[in-house]
Amino acid sequence: MPDVLAVPIEHQFDDATQQREAATMGMWLFIATEILLFGGMFLGYTAYRHAYPSAFAEASRHTLIAFGGTNTAVLLISSTVMAFAVRAASQNRRKLLGLLLFVTASLGVLFLVIKGLEYAHEINEHLLPGRAFHIDAADPQHAELFFYIYWLMTGVHALHVTIGVVLITFFAFRAWFRDAFRNHDTPIELLGLYWHFVDIVWVFLFPLIYMIDRHS
Amino acid sequence: MRFVGSFLFPESASNLAPNVDHIYLALLALSTAITILVLVVALFFCIRYRRGSKADRTPPKGTPMRIEITWTLIPLLIFLGLFFWAAEEFFAMSRPPADATEIYVVGKQWMWKIQHPDGRREINELHIPVGRPVKLVMTSEDVIHDFFVPDFRTKQDVVPGRYTTEWFTPTKPGKYHIFCSQYCGTDHSRMVGWVYVMEPAEHARWLQRQPAPDSLVAQGERAFHSRGCSGCHVQSSAIHAPLLDGIFGKPVPLKDGSLVIADEQYLRDSILLPNKQIAAGYEPLMPTFQGQISEEELNAIIAYLKSLGDQPRQEGER
Amino acid sequence: MTTATLQAAPQPRPLTKPTYLADGKTIRSWLLTTDHKRIAILYMISITLFFFIGGAAATMMRLELLTPQGDLVTSETYNKLFTIHGVVMVWFFLIPSIPTVLGNFLVPLMIGARDVAFPKLNLASWYLFMAGGAFAVFSIITGGVDTGWTFYTPYSSTYANGHVIAMATGIFIAGFGSIATGLNFIVTIHKMRAPGLTWFRLPMFIWTIYTTSLILVLATPVLAITLTLMALERAFGVGIFNPAMGGDPLLFQHLFWFYSHPAVYIMILPGMGVVSELIPCFARKQMFGYRFVAYATVAIGVFGFLVWGHHMFVSSQSIYAGMIFSILSFAVSVPSAIKVFNWTATLYKGSIRFQTPMLYALGFVGLFTIGGLTGLFLACLAVDVHVHDTYFVIAHFHYIMVGGMVMGYLGGLHFWWPKITGRLYPERLAKLSAVTIFLGFNLTFFPQFILGYLGMPRRYPVYAPEFQVLNVFSTAGASILAVGYVLPLAYLLWSLRWGRVAGPNPWQATGLEWTTSSPPPTDNFEKTPIVTEGPYAYDAQAAEAELEAGHA
Repeated sequence: MPDVLAVPIEHQFDDATQQREAATMGMWLFIATEILLFGGMFLGYTAYRHAYPSAFAEASRHTLIAFGGTNTAVLLISSTVMAFAVRAASQNRRKLLGLLLFVTASLGVLFLVIKGLEYAHEINEHLLPGRAFHIDAADPQHAELFFYIYWLMTGVHALHVTIGVVLITFFAFRAWFRDAFRNHDTPIELLGLYWHFVDIVWVFLFPLIYMIDRHS
Repeated sequence: MRFVGSFLFPESASNLAPNVDHIYLALLALSTAITILVLVVALFFCIRYRRGSKADRTPPKGTPMRIEITWTLIPLLIFLGLFFWAAEEFFAMSRPPADATEIYVVGKQWMWKIQHPDGRREINELHIPVGRPVKLVMTSEDVIHDFFVPDFRTKQDVVPGRYTTEWFTPTKPGKYHIFCSQYCGTDHSRMVGWVYVMEPAEHARWLQRQPAPDSLVAQGERAFHSRGCSGCHVQSSAIHAPLLDGIFGKPVPLKDGSLVIADEQYLRDSILLPNKQIAAGYEPLMPTFQGQISEEELNAIIAYLKSLGDQPRQEGER
Repeated sequence: MTTATLQAAPQPRPLTKPTYLADGKTIRSWLLTTDHKRIAILYMISITLFFFIGGAAATMMRLELLTPQGDLVTSETYNKLFTIHGVVMVWFFLIPSIPTVLGNFLVPLMIGARDVAFPKLNLASWYLFMAGGAFAVFSIITGGVDTGWTFYTPYSSTYANGHVIAMATGIFIAGFGSIATGLNFIVTIHKMRAPGLTWFRLPMFIWTIYTTSLILVLATPVLAITLTLMALERAFGVGIFNPAMGGDPLLFQHLFWFYSHPAVYIMILPGMGVVSELIPCFARKQMFGYRFVAYATVAIGVFGFLVWGHHMFVSSQSIYAGMIFSILSFAVSVPSAIKVFNWTATLYKGSIRFQTPMLYALGFVGLFTIGGLTGLFLACLAVDVHVHDTYFVIAHFHYIMVGGMVMGYLGGLHFWWPKITGRLYPERLAKLSAVTIFLGFNLTFFPQFILGYLGMPRRYPVYAPEFQVLNVFSTAGASILAVGYVLPLAYLLWSLRWGRVAGPNPWQATGLEWTTSSPPPTDNFEKTPIVTEGPYAYDAQAAEAELEAGHA
């Protein structure tokens, strides 16, 4: 395929500006729906943490803060790399763009691996809610509730990370081999928005899950 | 007129019914007035300005601002008035008088179980004397139900895991429907019963016909011993457990520094979920009774705990 | 479909492009279309199907309620019937109805665009909707669900029978279809308007679709996560809502109504939008208080998010919360009242014709007024305690949903039918069915207000014998209503082939959609229109003068 110099404009749009603005607005609206999706879970978390503060504090001490902390760092770094990738796209530096996207995706994979190890550990410790659940706590029932919310929220978040990794890898290949984003960096910008959103959700999740009442 | 009334209104058989009916009638009058106004005006315009009619159609001059503000503010003010009227009545409906007879109600799929303070039990029937305020303390064994007596104009959801209350003073002897009005499964529509409101003398005769069991408090006291509660919650116990005399209605300091009022919910949670709220100065040693104790037995124990110590509210229960 | 006759139709100028209906005739060209008009047709067929599924369930329920004993079907079956009726009608008919059919067809046409902003996403929405529908139908066929459309916990998560999870999955998936549609409309309305089409030159229909879309985008994700939590609790037995396992059943109700109350406005606002188009056109009048109606629309959307707790006055939420929700519910009724007054005032000094769409519009105003006013009874704390969960509530929301939304949908369908198909429907038959629906509707649902105040609870297949008379009235009305609904289906289908050819603007209506041919070409307009004036530039005097000239 030859180099694409002009932005392809879909038939319903008048010009590139309109197309870009529409796409950007669409992404922001999508993020708004995502915030409300997570908002429902955050509300559940808040309600139960308020109702059972000591059970939540105790359960939180069973989480692996070292893993969670490392993962926070990994996601923050990947977000930074993503920001540079967006810059590379706007400067039409296709190889650099491909490379940076690849690094971002790798960091996403690293996050998932660490999260997976953490999950494996928790399953071994019987911290997966269900029949096998067991925890040494004063109020095991509500500690289980904490872990239920924990699995649900981190699980939905990990799903978002996975989708992000797949998309970023796909875009990295397209940038590297097809030079698909020459003079057309809107998709990369929007991908960046999504990835930052995923990162920010984790930034909220981390203290809520790992750091209740942990003073050490 | 009476015939029309009985077709449009249920029996007015409690202290709440006339007040609710008054608000309802006011709303009905307002709604009818507005509906007729809109319909008459619309109909008038439709006829006068039908296509081909000889009517003046010069476009009206000036901005409709004044009209818009008028028909925004007037409804708003009327609605505010209605709100305050109904909210005041609602507030009264949520505040049972102190001398009300406390009757425990347990909903389960698909029946109502009723425990009187004198220890009598009924299923799907509630016999009460006319003119005495009644407070129902209700909970559910399974799903959410709702105790609805249309002739008393009151209802309240009956929620598992918590106590809800509903009160009324029956004003007219008779037989009134109990409906479950929160959908609760297959036989929801058969979860119905009757309230029998009786003249005091007739009620006394009814009481005599029933076998007289121990009072609810006595049943609770027995359970308090047989369940082993008294092993710890007494002065002489080797185990450090809070004494429960006069605890009901008092503030209890908790381990985490907060205060709770020891209401029915607190007592219930302390028995079923002892580690939810731990009283200050005590270790979480109490075992849970979740799944081991029926709602009725729990009600009896709570009635017993309420009767302990310096309680202002005794006469209705013994 | 009928290209030959269409080309014979009188057109403003010869068609250089085929109409959207003629542009590809294979099934594939329909199933893979990204044309908003064709997607609208796909939706129209799908929701009609769902309407008759939901309607069949309603018919069975009304028949069962003829007698108080519960002798036609068992309680179990009845419970499944009202669940099917509720779920199908709410999520697979009412919520998609006007937005996805008329909205999809008209939004780009009314704002002078060639298509919505994201045509592929638009098609994806339909597939999500159908996938959700497939789950729902699967759940119905394999035994149904008996939770009611409200899915209250812990009943739904622990005690209920049937394929609750499949049903919830269906709603979950269809919900994402709604979100995508809403997102598409918002971006389209913001970014794709024709030159000169400022916000206050937009037709009221666009304002209502815009507000509806905002609600779809912001409320539906909460429903998605709520149903997910409920389904997970059911599947894995972890108690987030079940008090026996440490959860809180009221949290479910809060989350559910946080979606489902705004969803009521999803269901009524587009109906208001349609009526706001019809009344000015058939009264040949500018809309009275256009800006106020626009503000009222947005106000309803915003306040709609703050009143969910009025479904929970007797649920054991705090009485103070109840008071706040009550006063806000009164507040939300004011903008609705403003709309009714403005519609009525629009008739003043008009030149009013009473064709079928206008009959529906006037019916809408009357029924919506009753529906809205009875909403006050439910906002009113002490009265709601008595009528909550009785037939009063049923009657109230059917006046809004059926008296409002369905009348609006049918009115709009008749009004834009010539634009959609190029054909006119048979006027006299249509008037007859509009009147039949109006009468049948009132006979069905008005007695239910009385039943409700008398204390008949909802969801009761077996009921106290003193309620029978009113139930018989209601069932009789329902049978008239059923006839009223089958008639349009028959004659609208008939008109596709035998209806009179409509021409681009049979109603002499304003609005960009009427400036293009009927049916429009795939790209909507020959060239992008330029807008120089506000909407509803009707002139009653001119209309009368024209009439006299015609007679002379």
